[in-house]
Amino acid sequence: MNGRMNAKRKLGIALLRALCKVSAVFTCALVLFLLVYILAKGIPNLSWELLSTKPSYLSGKIGILPDILNTVYMIGATLVFVLPLGVGAAVYLTEYAKNKRIVAAIEYAAETLSGIPSIIYGLVGMLFFCQFLNMQTSLLAGAWTLVIMNLPTVMRTTQESLKTVPQSYREGAFGLGAGKWRVIRTVVLPGCIDGVITGCILSVGRILGESAALLFTAGFAHTLSGFFEGLGSAGATLTVSLYVYAKEQGEFGVAFAIAAILMVLTLLVNLLAMVVGRWFKRRQKR
Amino acid sequence: MKQQKALENLIHGIFLILGLITVGFVLLITIYLVIAGIPAIRKIGIWDFLWGPKWASTAKEPSYGILPFILTSVYGTAGAILIGVPIGFFTSVYLAKLASAKIRTVVSGAVSLLAGIPSVVYGLVGMMVLVPAIRNLFHIPDGASLLAAILVLAIMILPSIIHVSITALEAVPKEYEDASLALGATPVETYFKVSVPAAKSGIAAAVVLGVGRAIGEAMAVMMVSGNAPNLPELFGSVRFLTTAVASEMSYSSGLQRQALFSIALVLFLFIMLINAALNFFLKRSKE
Repeated sequence: MNGRMNAKRKLGIALLRALCKVSAVFTCALVLFLLVYILAKGIPNLSWELLSTKPSYLSGKIGILPDILNTVYMIGATLVFVLPLGVGAAVYLTEYAKNKRIVAAIEYAAETLSGIPSIIYGLVGMLFFCQFLNMQTSLLAGAWTLVIMNLPTVMRTTQESLKTVPQSYREGAFGLGAGKWRVIRTVVLPGCIDGVITGCILSVGRILGESAALLFTAGFAHTLSGFFEGLGSAGATLTVSLYVYAKEQGEFGVAFAIAAILMVLTLLVNLLAMVVGRWFKRRQKR
Repeated sequence: MKQQKALENLIHGIFLILGLITVGFVLLITIYLVIAGIPAIRKIGIWDFLWGPKWASTAKEPSYGILPFILTSVYGTAGAILIGVPIGFFTSVYLAKLASAKIRTVVSGAVSLLAGIPSVVYGLVGMMVLVPAIRNLFHIPDGASLLAAILVLAIMILPSIIHVSITALEAVPKEYEDASLALGATPVETYFKVSVPAAKSGIAAAVVLGVGRAIGEAMAVMMVSGNAPNLPELFGSVRFLTTAVASEMSYSSGLQRQALFSIALVLFLFIMLINAALNFFLKRSKE
């Protein structure tokens, strides 16, 4: 068979195979380069002082503790709001919704939301949360903006895990005389833990990386404050402060240090998503 | 019993509201953008706004033409697609069909990491690596240019293209491939002549998704494109629709601010068109 293959055909096959390999190698090399370059440039700039202080105009030193805390607050606040909303929406879709038009409208809306660029979220967040609802430029306004962004993700992952709850469980509970709400509370909700956790991990990844939506909603401040006090005041997350340090202040050392932290966190979030995903799959098979 | 029924109804109502909240958010965004975006367009005139070649919002006699931004966004996205799609496409064929399971896990992990890297980090690397490289390579005074933005965007859209294409390629029924193999085609021929055409709607969806990602990216582009409101030139400093909104928002006022909202509305319309195309292709690939 091989003997009969003409040279042109052979060359074509070899070429396509080579193109595939080269592209894959390029993609991998790119990831490797980014990882090594950022860590190599960033880690030498990391110091305990940088991590544990706030910027001081007196000494001219920069510290990123406020930015780290703001990021943590932002993640916490966003998740607190987005989880009930996303889980509720998913429960509605899988357990209650009968009208096909409503389901289609909700799914179309979720798809639309996931396609909207973050800069538009930032703009609408500024108009609606900061100005109309009078939250001012604050972490809370930023968190609510991120709630809208992450809602489709949490909804989707919860929906996926609700689909794996066997219909017979629900029927069994109904057969024992339980009302709908009771079935949801005792059978359906415990079954969606997997999806909620996956949704959380994905959302954390997105919140860590988000900047355009936060620029005009949460602002650039670097003040050190507690959780509730922090929510009401403006504050830059790590990504936003990376942008400010690199683009507006020319502090590339600090920018690379933050980039290295973000890179490590992104890596951790990805690994966690992978491990958790596998674990859930294995558990389902049992 | 009656109480029970009332409780059930109440809870049904609560879940209905939670379900409809996504629809509410979409309406909120649309309505806010339209309300905020229309006034400036009416004042400037839709033709002068969309077709005006000059943006000078802070000049004594301000001029609000966004043609430079529209063209830059279109050219930038087209460039990113031109570079990113072939690389993404071949990588996805490799991962979906040619690679061993082990290599696949590792490379897919790498691609997911690429998707997770914050856009400001891409911007920073672009600023520190690509921009100086372009400056030295082409002997121009400043490397912050449309070319730098295109390269950064091409990298940033890779993960979306790869993931969606892989899903599409994997959904191709095995019988198609088996039939082709049985007829004497080699595996590589089968993948490119049978699997890829069978997955073409899904791959088209991947490209459209890439277009959406590229046109909507703001921060990374802001850091590498130079940000001057010029008509697009490959080696010139340019401003995209997204960066036009972001770069002046913090100090804008009056008509200038309203015009920024109008730019966001134009961007939103682009995105809605892209979403419609994406839905079209996704639906077709499911059928």
